[in-house]
Parts: sequence; structure tokens; C-alpha cells
Amino acid sequence: MSDLSQLQPGAYAVICGIDADESLFQRLAALGFRIGKKIEVIRRASFNGPLHVRIGTTDIILRITEARRIQISQQ
Amino acid sequence: MKRIALLGMPNTGKSTFFNRVSGASARVGNWPGITVDLMAAKLLLGGHIVEIIDLPGIYDLHGFSDDESVVRHFLENNDVDLAVIVLNGSQIDRQLSLALQVRALGLPCILLLNMSDEAKKSGITFNLPGMQQQLQMPVMQISAKHGNGCAEALKEAARHLAEKHPSPADIREQLKNDDTIENQMEAIVKSTVHYPAQLDDVVTSRIDRVLLHPWLGLPLFFAAMYLLFQFIFTLGTPLQEGIAWALDLFRADVLEPLLQPAPGWFSGLMLDGIYNGIGTVAAFIPIIVLFFLVMTMVEDSGYLSRAAFLVDALMAKMGLDGRGFVMMLMGFGCNVPALMGTRVMRSRNMRLLTMLVIPLSLCSARLQVFLFMTATLFTPKQAPLVLFSLYMVSFATIFLTAVIYKGRYSSTEPFILELPPYRFPTPRQIWLRGWQEVRHFLTRASKFIIIGVLLVWALTNFPSDVPAASAGTIAGMIGTWLAPVLNPVGIDGQLAIALIFGFVAKEIVVGALAVIYGLQGDALMQVMATKLDWVQGMSFMLFTLIYTPCLSTIATLKNESKSIGFMMLSLLWSLGLAWVVSFVFYQTARALGY
Ligand SMILES: Nc1nc2c(ncn2[C@@H]2O[C@H](COP(=O)(O)OP(=O)(O)OP(=O)(O)O)[C@@H](O)[C@H]2O)c(=O)[nH]1
Ligand SMILES: [Mg+2]
Repeated sequence: MSDLSQLQPGAYAVICGIDADESLFQRLAALGFRIGKKIEVIRRASFNGPLHVRIGTTDIILRITEARRIQISQQ
Repeated sequence: MKRIALLGMPNTGKSTFFNRVSGASARVGNWPGITVDLMAAKLLLGGHIVEIIDLPGIYDLHGFSDDESVVRHFLENNDVDLAVIVLNGSQIDRQLSLALQVRALGLPCILLLNMSDEAKKSGITFNLPGMQQQLQMPVMQISAKHGNGCAEALKEAARHLAEKHPSPADIREQLKNDDTIENQMEAIVKSTVHYPAQLDDVVTSRIDRVLLHPWLGLPLFFAAMYLLFQFIFTLGTPLQEGIAWALDLFRADVLEPLLQPAPGWFSGLMLDGIYNGIGTVAAFIPIIVLFFLVMTMVEDSGYLSRAAFLVDALMAKMGLDGRGFVMMLMGFGCNVPALMGTRVMRSRNMRLLTMLVIPLSLCSARLQVFLFMTATLFTPKQAPLVLFSLYMVSFATIFLTAVIYKGRYSSTEPFILELPPYRFPTPRQIWLRGWQEVRHFLTRASKFIIIGVLLVWALTNFPSDVPAASAGTIAGMIGTWLAPVLNPVGIDGQLAIALIFGFVAKEIVVGALAVIYGLQGDALMQVMATKLDWVQGMSFMLFTLIYTPCLSTIATLKNESKSIGFMMLSLLWSLGLAWVVSFVFYQTARALGY
């Protein structure tokens, strides 16, 4: 098991855990971060900037700090 | 009176729907969090007058940011007869949760799946009767932007206005309870929505590949900014000169003969005071409108979220984030909505730091002053470059301020943002926004400029036994009194008066100069060009750029931060910074022999 920040652009994974406090958890859920969902990393910004990810029909950007909170499994 | 509330996640088209059905002009933009306060309108529905309320977007009913608590506060304190839930149909797989939460409150609701045009394009289809049955509420597909289905949606809303609804007190109770609706949502979506296997929005992906390119992205951003800016300037300047010329002609051929019989002081007040002052400002209307039309297109394109992506790493070093950068860009239009836009931030420190830097972004009112000054003191070739450099100075002061204060306002606010697809505003949306800005300008004009111009006229014409605008008038005395502070930065007595009034609103500055010199248009520019050199002019522009934008901004700073201390900090910091920057510039330029 690894976290979202390690996923390379173009790779898919399935979300299997979210480690966040109540309010962040709610926000992530509303944006589509739910256990069992497929997630794809589209690109990473330069200088260790945010990740651009896609879940279903929603594109989201998030910082690496937040990406570390999302556990994923790649098959 | 019956009341309908529009609820939905951010950026789903609530305000677009609101505008369409009520004819109002709430601000619309392809950015989550454009609406941060409520807006009400009345409309005739089924023979009754109904109040419809546009609310900020919310991710869930347990939100914690300031824009979300606006919604919660509203629901807890007002009778709502019907909730119209607006979702982005394509994203129903995650947005349906909000509809389920609202339904759980016991509110009568109808569900609108908006952006049917986009869903259709990507091949997403809905089993509406099935969804309706499982949700036990009417479900309709609409396109608020293009108008499809909106009339039917209103009719449906009218049918449900008489249903029993919970009182605000009930809702307050309900909101304390929490329940999980996830499984329910998944089941409904699975059985009633069909997603095609391939979901890529090809156009958006292709544009993103270029605009978000790892090392081309930022240069492209600045290049685009420069081009847009050139576009506004090239198109707007002739228009501005045309209006100034026409106003001059009108004065010479109509007003002067007309006021011939009136007493001297009266025609002086009317012509040199009000007409010159307002005329000089009014000449900038075309450029300002053009500027806002371009802003509308940028805001509605979805590029703002991309800009946030590109600069977030840099902003993080300054204790800010990508959203703060977007607020700065919005601040280029007007600082007030940009300050209110920071409500989407949850951490108070992050909000305060962002609010501290926003007043430094070069708003359209200041742009007027700079357009005027650069046209006066520089060649047509140099002027756009000088203007662009002022934008760069604006960024520089923002960065400097953030770096200095980030320790004081440090935060660990998470940064998560939706990236909407690229969209293009309809002509109707562009027109609405342009018109709104003209109206905004005219209200400000009637509020500030006339009074300001009158005051300046009085200051420069009393006592009346000395020549107008000479050292013996009140204005002259103020100028002399301020000289020890302003001489070292190259700002003379006349400019000082303009600066004082600029504190109220930057729109007054140019009008004030017209009154102080008793001239307008070309004549004003010529006289000013002989009295000032470019170093003084530049120093004046730097000061104008950095010191307090206007009274409305100060009032907004106080309201949004709920702290007079913070407001004073912002005020004193920008005043001090303005002086230091102008001082360094002026003295260096002089020392170098300019
Ligand atoms: N394609 C398409 N775009 C739409 C439609 N309705 C709204 N939009 C666009 O969606 C974006 C968001 O619209 P808004 O009306 O500002 O959304 P909102 O729900 O009020 O957003 P917040 O105030 O931020 O919560 C704008 O770019 C609109 O032009 C639609 O039916 N089809
Ligand atoms: Mg809105």
C-alpha cells in the first residue's frame, strides 16, 4: 500500500483509505475522494507543486501534503 | 411571501439559473466560490410574488468556511418553502450527496441537473423517472446557461410551494445530526445514470496539455497577460481620446455659450469643477468596460483554477496558496469582491494574510490614474511598457508583504481545488457583466466623484481673494503643510491634494487633477507635462499604486476581518510602504541624474 503522492502521472489506483480530520474528510468526500473510487494522476506541477488528479468526471488539484493523506492500492 | 432557496455545490450554475429566472445580474464565473453572500430577487410565479435566494455554493451542510456558514445561517434563521437543488449533471456521482442531505432536513425540494449541454456532449444519460422515484423528489435536466428547461423548472417549483416545510428551528436541530448517505448515493447513481466508457473531455485535456505544461505554463501565463493587456490598451485608447475630444467640443460649443449669462463663480463651478472633473473621469469608461469584458472571459474560461495550479508552489513559499493568487487576479478588477472571495478559505490566518496583500493589487480604478499619467508623461510607445511594469511592481509589493507577514499569519490550510472544464461565456453573459460594471461605475461616480470634485473645487477656490489653486488657497496651505513629507518623494502640492482625495476613491484622482489645474483633456495633459517630469510622475504613480485603494476597501477589510486592528495594520503598512518605495525610486533616479 502507498499514498497518492507517490503515484506517477498517467497511472491509476484505487483509494483505500483517507486519513484526515472531520472537516477535511468531509471536503474530500464532497469532491469525490471516497474509498473504492478509481483515481488517476494527470500531471504534477513543477517545483513540487500540486498534483492534478481525476476521479470520475471531476478534476481536482491538491498539494502533496494532502495527497499523502490518501492511501491507494495499485492492483 | 413564499421563499425559494437555491442550494448546490460550488460552480454548478446556481447564479446563472438565478439570473436567468429573475433577470438579476448576480456575478457568474467558472470558479468555485464566486458567490460568497446571499442575493435575493422577487419574481412572479403562479400568480404569487415569490422571493428567490441565490446562495454561496456548499460542499455539504456541515461546512466550516465563512461562505458555507452563510448558507447554514440562512437556513437556520429563515423560513424556506422550497429548496431548488442545482447540481452539475455530469458530476452527479459525487454531488448527489448534497441533495440527499438537503432532503434529510425535510425541506420540500426539487432537483435540477444543470449543464445538460455538457452532459449530452460527453454522452452521459439519466433515467430521470427512476431517479425521481428513488429520491422522491422531482428531477429535471436544465441548461441554465442556454435556457433549456428553465421555464419548466420554474413551473415545477410553483407546484411545490404550498407543501409543508420544517421551521428554521427544526432545521437547526436537524443540522446537528449526522447521517451517512454515501451508500444511498452510490446505489442511486449506479441504477439511474449511464456513463460512457471513455469520459475524457478531449478539448479541455488538449488545452491543459499546453497551458499546464511543466515549464511552458508560467511563461504562457505572463505572455497571455501581456497580450490581453495590449489588446485592451490598443483598442481602448482611441476610444478614450475620442470621448475626451467630444466632451471638449461639447463644452466649447454648447455649455460655455449657455452659461455665458450666469455669474462667474457659478459657471466656474459648473464647468471647471463638475464638468471637467466628471468629464475627465468619464473618458475612461470605454477602457474600463473593455477591461471588464476581458476579465469576464478570463473568469468564465476556467483558466483561473489553472493559474492557481501553476503558481501554488511559489505561493506556498510566501505562506499563501493558489487561491490567494486568483484573488489577486480578481483584485485587478476591484479589490472589494476579491477580499470577499477569501471567504472560501477556512483558516483565519490564511484569510488574513491574503486580505493583507489584496489591496496591493492594481485595481481598475488605479488603472485609470495610470492611463492618464502615462499618456501625459510618456510617448505612446513607452506608455504600455510603463503600465505593465506597474503591474509587476504590484506583484512585487504583494510578494514582499506576504513574505514579511507570513510568520505572523502562518497556517496549515489544506489546498484542494476543483478544476472545471474550459467554458466560454455567451454574448448575453458578457453583455450583462459589461453593463453591470458601467452601472457600478456610475453609482460610484454619483456617490464619490461629484462630492469629491466639488470639495476639491472649493479647496482650490477659497479664500476667493487669491488666484485659484495658488499657494494662498486652502489647498495650497495643505500642500505647504505636507511638503516636508512629500517633497522627498517628489510629490508637489497639487498632486498631494489629488492623493488626499484618492484616499476616498481612486476615481476622484484624475477628476481632482482636472479641477486643480482648471483644465480638461489634451490641455490638462499638456500643462501637467510642463510642470512634472517623468521621475516625479512615476513616483506619484508608485505612491498611488501602493497606498490604500479606497474607503470601500477599508470598510470591507474591517467587515471581513471583524477587527479594527487588522484594518489599521493594513492601512498603515500600505501607507508606509508607499512612501518608502516612492522615496527609494525618486532619490535613486535623481541620484542617477534623471
Ligand atoms: N455549459 C454550461 N455551463 C454552465 C451552465 N450553467 C452555468 N454554467 C457555467 O458554469 C460556471 C459557474 O456558474 P455560476 O452560476 O457562477 O455557478 P454558481 O453555482 O453560482 O457558483 P458559486 O457561486 O461559485 O457557488 C459559469 O462559467 C457558467 O457560465 C450550463 O447550463 N451549461
Ligand atoms: Mg454563484
